[in-house]
Amino acid sequence: MTAVRSAALTAAGRPIAGSRRLSFSWVGLVPFFAYVGLFLFLPTVIIIVGSLTTKEGALTASNFTEIAQGYVVKAFVASITISAASAVVGAVAGALLAYAVAAGNPRGILRRTVTSGSGVLAQFGGVTLAFAFVATIGTTGFVYLFLKDRGIDIYANGVWIYDLAGLTLIYTYFQIPLMLIVFLPAVDGIRPQWREATESLGGGSWHYWRYVAGPLLAPSFLGCTLLLFANAFSAYATAAALITGGGVIIPLVISNLLTSETGRAQPGLAKALAIGMIVVVLLVMSLYTLLQRRTTRWLR
Amino acid sequence: MNRTRRLKLQAFRAIVFIVLGAFFLVPIAAMLEFSTRGREINERTLNAWGSIVKTPDLTDAITASLEIAAITCVAMLVLLLPTMVWVRLRFPGLNRVVEFICLLPLTVPAIALVVGMVPIYRWLSINLSSSILTLSFAYLILVLPYSYRSLDAGLAAIDLKTLSEAARSLGAGWFTVMWRVVVPNMSSALLNASLLVVALVLGEYTFANLLAYENLQVAIYYVSLVSAGTSIAVAVASLLFAFALLMILSFVGRPPSPIAKAEDADISVGQTVGLSGGLIGRSR
Repeated sequence: MTAVRSAALTAAGRPIAGSRRLSFSWVGLVPFFAYVGLFLFLPTVIIIVGSLTTKEGALTASNFTEIAQGYVVKAFVASITISAASAVVGAVAGALLAYAVAAGNPRGILRRTVTSGSGVLAQFGGVTLAFAFVATIGTTGFVYLFLKDRGIDIYANGVWIYDLAGLTLIYTYFQIPLMLIVFLPAVDGIRPQWREATESLGGGSWHYWRYVAGPLLAPSFLGCTLLLFANAFSAYATAAALITGGGVIIPLVISNLLTSETGRAQPGLAKALAIGMIVVVLLVMSLYTLLQRRTTRWLR
Repeated sequence: MNRTRRLKLQAFRAIVFIVLGAFFLVPIAAMLEFSTRGREINERTLNAWGSIVKTPDLTDAITASLEIAAITCVAMLVLLLPTMVWVRLRFPGLNRVVEFICLLPLTVPAIALVVGMVPIYRWLSINLSSSILTLSFAYLILVLPYSYRSLDAGLAAIDLKTLSEAARSLGAGWFTVMWRVVVPNMSSALLNASLLVVALVLGEYTFANLLAYENLQVAIYYVSLVSAGTSIAVAVASLLFAFALLMILSFVGRPPSPIAKAEDADISVGQTVGLSGGLIGRSR
């Protein structure tokens, strides 16, 4: 009897012991997946479902058709305009900076300072950045007063710092450092031998840039510009601190729709706009990834 | 390279560095200037700085933000590091999945994500707690990409499998493996990840503002409506603090070997801070 029992136990015990290792190791993954499920996927689902339903829960597409309203379209256009403008300005200035850095000593103190500083400044934004510019070129700002004392009034045609123009200027403050970080590896990949090869074939600076360095850097440059676009497009805090009232750009429209201060909170439309933003950023980022892949083909 | 071209290049570099240097330094200098203005023209005073500690809203917000930063930091390490180690050891096939999930918040703008967070936070404040510290839940998602990249770099640098098998064969439990083998071997990556978390949390505005919590950045904004000088003084202080953290990071994060090429160092800085893309304006 006891022998039978213990035999049955071992027979039954072994597969359990064997499968225990298998069946319990997944438990280690539960906290992480549960967490991202709750705080990353659930919000996404809420956005998607919310954008397709009315406040009462009925299925509708009206949230998306409401995007066609004048002020929303205007904000989308404004968002895209300042993102594109600040991306292009940031990309050109950042590329010049990258070239200036790459031409120097690769282990020099200057290069280390610029790259570390860029890493820091690319993260700089929000309320603090808005204040920095208000303190600089606001109507009581240091630089504005300095210039005005010398007869230069940068606001002769009206104060533009709280406008789209001002926002674009402020965005370049974090766009240029970001461009340096993402574009420098490509510039570093350009070898001096290629220039020598061009020269030995009788080409000048123009030929070098037009036929050698230009085409090699173009995909990376375009890709980085797209990244900068996405970066500016998703920015919210800087604009929120600078511009009070009025949904001038899409992130501000969303926040106005969310907070019911105006008495007409429209969570459905806010969610539809959030989806609109995600789609734009996803498109831009996929293009960026494609272009980066093309760059790495010759980069080392 | 001939002489004229070298001269031209040097002139070009000098112009770029001076112009852009001015563009980046002047606004920070202007903030310092603004925060030390007195009532009279040309009067210099530190009153604005002194009133930081006399503004309870600010001190409360500073404490809250520091607490959230600490909680987020610990939670990130406790949640992410064991998961990443476990996946590498037991589920190598899931590695790409975890990476994809961790980098996902980069493609979702913070302002869009917060739209989906609002109902969750409404539920949380009714059923669990309405404390400002619950912001840590959301911030943990925001810092995932940056933390993942730092920890990934740290884990790639050690032979995790051999180390853990050696420890296990000597009788160590999984906790001992984590605490006494993995953690000491990647201390610089952990420091990296932690500093980034602190810098990001202290600079965060979007989530706090839209979920109606008054963290440091939101408080700075409110104070600015009453006293511009004080708010700019806090802004400068928080900025310098974040700069110091990130500067430490960019030097600590370098490969220790002097042979390591400068380019590699740049790329690693870029990966942790920028690639994950500066993107996408978490603090913006």
